[in-house]
Amino acid sequence: MAAKSGRTIIAEQDFSWKTFFLKWEWLLVILFIGINIMNASLSQYYLSGEGLLNATNSFLEKAFVALPMAYILVLGDIDISVGSTACLSAVMLAYCYNLGVPMGVCVIICLLTGTICGMINGLILTKFTELAPMIVTLGTQILFRGIAEAMLGDEARGGLSTVKWFSDLYWGKIGIVPIMLFCFIICAVVFGFVLHKTCFGRRLYAIGANKLAAEYAGIKVQQIRMIVFTLTGTFSAVTAIFLAARMGSTRADIATGYEMEAIAMAVLGGFSTDGGKGNYPGLILAIFIVGMLRYGLGLINIPSQLMLVVIGALLIVTVMLPNIRSMVKFKKKAA
Amino acid sequence: MEKKKFDWKAITSSREMSLVIVLIILCVFVQIRNQSFLTAGTMEEMFRNYAVTFILALGMMCVLLTGGIDISIGSTLAFSGMAAALIMRDHMIATPLSFLISIVIGAGLGLIVGLVIAKGKVPPIVCTLGFMNIYRGLTYLIANSQWVAAYQFTDSFKNFALTKYLGLGLVNNMIAVTIYIYIVFYIVMKWTTVGRRVYAVGSNAEAATVSGININNVKIGVYTLMGLLCGLGGALWTSLYKSAQGDMATGIEMDVIAACVVGGVSLTGGRGSVVGVMLGSLTIAIIGKALPLIGVSQFWQNGIKGLIILVAVILNVLAQRTMDRNNLKRREM
Repeated sequence: MAAKSGRTIIAEQDFSWKTFFLKWEWLLVILFIGINIMNASLSQYYLSGEGLLNATNSFLEKAFVALPMAYILVLGDIDISVGSTACLSAVMLAYCYNLGVPMGVCVIICLLTGTICGMINGLILTKFTELAPMIVTLGTQILFRGIAEAMLGDEARGGLSTVKWFSDLYWGKIGIVPIMLFCFIICAVVFGFVLHKTCFGRRLYAIGANKLAAEYAGIKVQQIRMIVFTLTGTFSAVTAIFLAARMGSTRADIATGYEMEAIAMAVLGGFSTDGGKGNYPGLILAIFIVGMLRYGLGLINIPSQLMLVVIGALLIVTVMLPNIRSMVKFKKKAA
Repeated sequence: MEKKKFDWKAITSSREMSLVIVLIILCVFVQIRNQSFLTAGTMEEMFRNYAVTFILALGMMCVLLTGGIDISIGSTLAFSGMAAALIMRDHMIATPLSFLISIVIGAGLGLIVGLVIAKGKVPPIVCTLGFMNIYRGLTYLIANSQWVAAYQFTDSFKNFALTKYLGLGLVNNMIAVTIYIYIVFYIVMKWTTVGRRVYAVGSNAEAATVSGININNVKIGVYTLMGLLCGLGGALWTSLYKSAQGDMATGIEMDVIAACVVGGVSLTGGRGSVVGVMLGSLTIAIIGKALPLIGVSQFWQNGIKGLIILVAVILNVLAQRTMDRNNLKRREM
């Protein structure tokens, strides 16, 4: 075939150790190992199996939002309403439970709320394609949070921990593996598989790389955006469930800033906000890097304010590093 | 005759005019419900409390015009305001000097953001997301998580937000500063090469490069300007509330971005005007001030605000579509 057209198409690049080790993920692996060494030297209990698993439980509920957020970034879109969606879903859950609805139904209502929120985002964005996702989700961010505030005011709705199976979602364990970690692994594998091994995943990358070209290639761009935004809403609700299970009560100000954390995790993992870039192993590494770093800094009682500085700096420096490398290379070539 | 008719149509169908109409309807509605709304006292209070939003919206417009975004402004404002307040607490410096210190610090912080974005090639949203955390954390750290309370400021600093000497005895200082800045921006953005360059970078970066504009410098410039205005905002904020707290101005970036977008500034760059930004900020201010006046519970305010922002941007799109369709029709004939 290749000979016929007079061109050879190289499907796979020649394997070279240099390019292999200069990949983004290695930077993350080094960071990850570094942070774990730091944590281990700070606490002697850290490197036990149970210690590690407990550490993961301290941050994983946020990571559920980061999974679909990566999809959104691949599309070249952004969603800053996820924190508010999670909040509204959790508030719905607690509100219904306090009205006497059985917990199982409450969880379904919670998931439905998240899905509808995501759908609203998706609908507005696909019906009015001129609008930037940043501004639409900014609007819905304020709106969803506002609805939650209108429902609860400044009260808290609690009593969720009286349902054993519900609080077990966060606190329970299968053997020594927390149930949440278990759920997370399943979700991450499914998300990763869909992104990297299916038609749908390739379409996401195609849209992110060039929306117009993707449209001409027959991809239903708006339909896919709709699906992804709805999915993000659903998974915000999943986060809400674990969050509610952890705290046993909800307020209208929970999950503030989750959108930024999810975006930070995804960007650190190599997903570009311009779309079309990034892969799942990187994301998973980044989730654990941010989480473990937080956990470790918490171990030595670093004030949470300094933690903000460290995580912010980590985000900027890691994103900037490859650019600096290519800049230096460019200058060398020019010289 | 024909010409005049055309002009009238252009004015009524412009973005700004539609916003003005919406604002008038809003004001009339509120006024009917509560007579105290359109009085000098309420208006002055509203403009004074939202002066910082008005000012920051201008800086944000410049950033958005270049196709960037800055969500670190709340933290920059807090850091520069806090730093100036701490210096005032320890050294009792004069009011103008404390304003100057705050502005310089703000500009410095903005410069760092600009350098990282322009030279480090970090996407603006990621970069400013990082700096939002960094500057906020640093604000707490330099202040040791404490407040600077009212009694630790000099009297002249506290009186700044209450007196009228900058406004020639007519309007409050805060409002006067806002007006001056709007006049300067209106002139610079409309009639100088500097202003046109900002538009050029946003509407077509490649064309701008070819025509000899140093894009990086423009980008660094707008973020520094944004920082500078944040510094000014920080000083105004501490003077207005007579205290400097670590969490001050949290979330103001969303208000400011909303003001810009409602005012017709495009997030993809190259589109937006000073008048539009003023109207957008006015919308945010009126919503914030009017809702409590007509007896809306404070817990409903965010919901209504979000709804209004969404409706405003969607109406904007619909208006734009009608305009485009009309233009197309005219061309067909």
